[in-house]
Amino acid sequence: MTDASMDNAAAPKSGLTVVDERTRKRNAAEKRFQYYGIAAISIGLLFLLFLFGSILRSGLPAFTQTVVDVEFALTQAQIDEAESKMLKTKAYENFFIAALSEQLEERGMDVAFDAKAIERIVGKTGGTIRSHFQANPSDVGSRVSFELAASSRVDGYMNGRITRDTLVDSRFLMLTDLDLVDALEDAGIIHGAFNWNFITGTDSGVDNPGGAGLGASVIGSFFMMLVVLFLSLPIGVAASIYLEEFAPKNRWTDLIEVNISNLAAVPSIVFGILGLAVFIQFAGLPQSAPLVGGLVLTLMTLPTIIISTRASLAAVPPSIRDAALGVGASKMQSVFHHVLPLAMPGILTGTIIGLAQALGETAPLLLIGMVGFVAREYPDGFLAGFTDANSAMPAQIYTWASRADPGFYEKAWGGIIILLLFLITMNTIAVILRRRFERRW
Amino acid sequence: MPFSWLVLIILAVAVVGYVLGRKRALASAGGDSRDLHSLPSYYGANVAMWAIVPTFALIVVWLLAQPIFVNSRVLDMLPDSAVAEGGSIGLVMSDVRRVADGLDQAVVQGAMTLEQAGAIQAEATDVRERLAEVGVALGSNVTPEVLGGAQRYRSLNATGSTAMSILALMIAFGGAGYAYIRSDRHFRARNVVEKGILALLMFAASVAILTTIGILFALLFNTIEFFKLYPATDFFFGTKWAPSFSGRGGASDLGVLPLLWGTFYISIIALLVAVPVGLFSAIYLSEYASPRVRGIAKPLIEILAGIPTIVYGLFALLTVGPLLVSMFGKDTVGWMSGGTAVMTAGLVMGIMLIPFVSSLSDDIINAVPQAMRDGSYGLGATQSETIRQVILPAALPGIVGAILLAASRAIGETMIVVLGAGAAARLSLNPFDAMTTITAKIVSQLTGDADFASPEALVAFALGMTLFVLTLGLNVFALYIVRKYREQYD
Repeated sequence: MTDASMDNAAAPKSGLTVVDERTRKRNAAEKRFQYYGIAAISIGLLFLLFLFGSILRSGLPAFTQTVVDVEFALTQAQIDEAESKMLKTKAYENFFIAALSEQLEERGMDVAFDAKAIERIVGKTGGTIRSHFQANPSDVGSRVSFELAASSRVDGYMNGRITRDTLVDSRFLMLTDLDLVDALEDAGIIHGAFNWNFITGTDSGVDNPGGAGLGASVIGSFFMMLVVLFLSLPIGVAASIYLEEFAPKNRWTDLIEVNISNLAAVPSIVFGILGLAVFIQFAGLPQSAPLVGGLVLTLMTLPTIIISTRASLAAVPPSIRDAALGVGASKMQSVFHHVLPLAMPGILTGTIIGLAQALGETAPLLLIGMVGFVAREYPDGFLAGFTDANSAMPAQIYTWASRADPGFYEKAWGGIIILLLFLITMNTIAVILRRRFERRW
Repeated sequence: MPFSWLVLIILAVAVVGYVLGRKRALASAGGDSRDLHSLPSYYGANVAMWAIVPTFALIVVWLLAQPIFVNSRVLDMLPDSAVAEGGSIGLVMSDVRRVADGLDQAVVQGAMTLEQAGAIQAEATDVRERLAEVGVALGSNVTPEVLGGAQRYRSLNATGSTAMSILALMIAFGGAGYAYIRSDRHFRARNVVEKGILALLMFAASVAILTTIGILFALLFNTIEFFKLYPATDFFFGTKWAPSFSGRGGASDLGVLPLLWGTFYISIIALLVAVPVGLFSAIYLSEYASPRVRGIAKPLIEILAGIPTIVYGLFALLTVGPLLVSMFGKDTVGWMSGGTAVMTAGLVMGIMLIPFVSSLSDDIINAVPQAMRDGSYGLGATQSETIRQVILPAALPGIVGAILLAASRAIGETMIVVLGAGAAARLSLNPFDAMTTITAKIVSQLTGDADFASPEALVAFALGMTLFVLTLGLNVFALYIVRKYREQYD
């Protein structure tokens, strides 16, 4: 007896305190399973981090522009002399080069350069200087500071896109020019400045990435969003009220509901085809117009808005309706005077999220002609903003991404930063609205 | 009369009608609103409604019908000889419209008087030059036929607009007057107004149906046009996609199979990335994570869903593509020749779909009742055994539905494949080859200056129809699975 019990105590096969082989396996499987989950979430978050990292790394340089900062004075005599020549701008350019070499000498730098090198670095400067003095005659004789934008390749060299190893000699920039750029940088003549033109400017042609700006397409997006807001909010709310409060249960209502949930899943490009065939070919509306873009995006966001509006209408408790009906309101009055105001915060949140979705949508805009159009100008006025051809932010980004010059890629990333800033702002407003006004019944 | 004036006048009629209608109703009750059937504002609203709604309905119908009518009349008067060699009547019509718009533009800018624009002769003046002065560029010289068509077009449009304005104003005044006369204290104004509002609400709800009808008609008509020019069997079973571009001549090969293959290949890779990652995230977040971790990680992952697809497209083109080339390019194993490939697009699309799969699965897993978990724990199962053997089987129909919805998203995705997948249509098994998809080809066939009557442009509508049917089928199938196999726990 005692032997047996001692044996058992010495080598227990299983028990609550001892882990046997099978339990260990099961526990290991449990741990593994948890690690899969943690790994999955980490992968998702890593992707997010990587995405934002590459957006910021590649996009931030778009907000700076390398400028050549030279200060010099011209006397009236010098100007008269330049104006008397055949090549007037050439004469102004010579003044600029003289001032530049003087400033380099002042700082004790000795670099050889010629006019061609200057042209490759800052482009043709003569015209800018001449038109400045023609526009501001009072500046003649006093020292004027010129901030001239450097060419896109110099820009790329300054922010690391182009290195001495990757640069191939061309008529745009030679390897030897980089010595001059380095010297100018040491002298503080060439430096980075905030690129306001990128935010306020308009698109440049295909050969000038340095001068490209997003301003005009922000305006285009703004007018599109106006159309979307003023069409999809009333129509969406009206449709939701009908479906949630008034619709009888019948075939027609079922058909509408199935339709709305299917429309929410139709690929956005199909809405683009609809816009092209119905609004542009059939109804004859102008191509590339924010009005057409807005109409297409309205049809696309309507299901989103209807779904969220119906949810917030349904969240208003029936007792509110009953109370209104009880004191003699009609059904319509109970909805418009009581249910709708109580559901409004939810409706606005859904609308803002729908608008944010529409703002980032690109594919339908490709088909109605908002790409390929070079948005060189701002619209003339408020009404013209709807019908004049324009681009939109995502379409402009796509246009830049598909151009051959890699200088535009940086602009595309920069455009994405601005687009994401708009989206983050809109979503933050939506979250604040929800937090501030959300009611639990 | 400019269009905006017409709208303003009608709105003014409505406002005046509101005030007068309200006054008249109150006067009929001797100034005591208690004697009225409805609140005074309903009488005003009734008059305003009668002024606005029928009028705007007329204007909308008229604006839709007028271009069709004018086009057909102008087409009738254009002789066959006006169609140039190799051109089409559609091109002549667009010329006519441009000349007409140009003449209108010239009148607006004051370069011509209305009479001059009406009497201009193609033989006597160089119309093209005159229009270029006001900033309207024309592709070719204006023939007398086109100019005649343009004049006809302008006069018909002018007559149409005048007739519409007069009719609209008559209806506005008539409607307001009719409702005004009926405004007295016995009139049930509230009931009428509410009926009107209800009709408006119904109309708004029907917009969804109108949109679907619009999509179907746009796709169907053009697809039928396409199949008249190009045999349907070649489209559905052709293994070669090689459209010829206008000007180069020659017949196009427009087989959809390489595009379908590219679409499915990219979608499969995307799902291979998104489903495991999304599903495991959902399981961890709903079963293991503490509320704090869940509160942070869930919104962070859902940020991925709020990022516009153009961002993913650029990410594929400029970041992931070059990265993959440096890993699998000719410097290492030589599988990949360019940054745009099935793999690039599939990977990035997979990232985009992670939150889609995870939040849908999360909802479904949360819907499995706690009693089932407790029962499983009570029998001695570990948490992971419970998940694998109880929760996942219970949630399976919903999860399959979520995966099908994600697949439908992947098939319809445009920007990522336009930028990341390449442009070459080919049937290949190598995931590092560039391939193209239905959506990418819709974009490339419809952007640019295509002639919309050519099979090369019309094929985009047939592709759109294929895409629409595919995604709709997947969605319906997903809903069917969810409904059929859903367990009812309550």
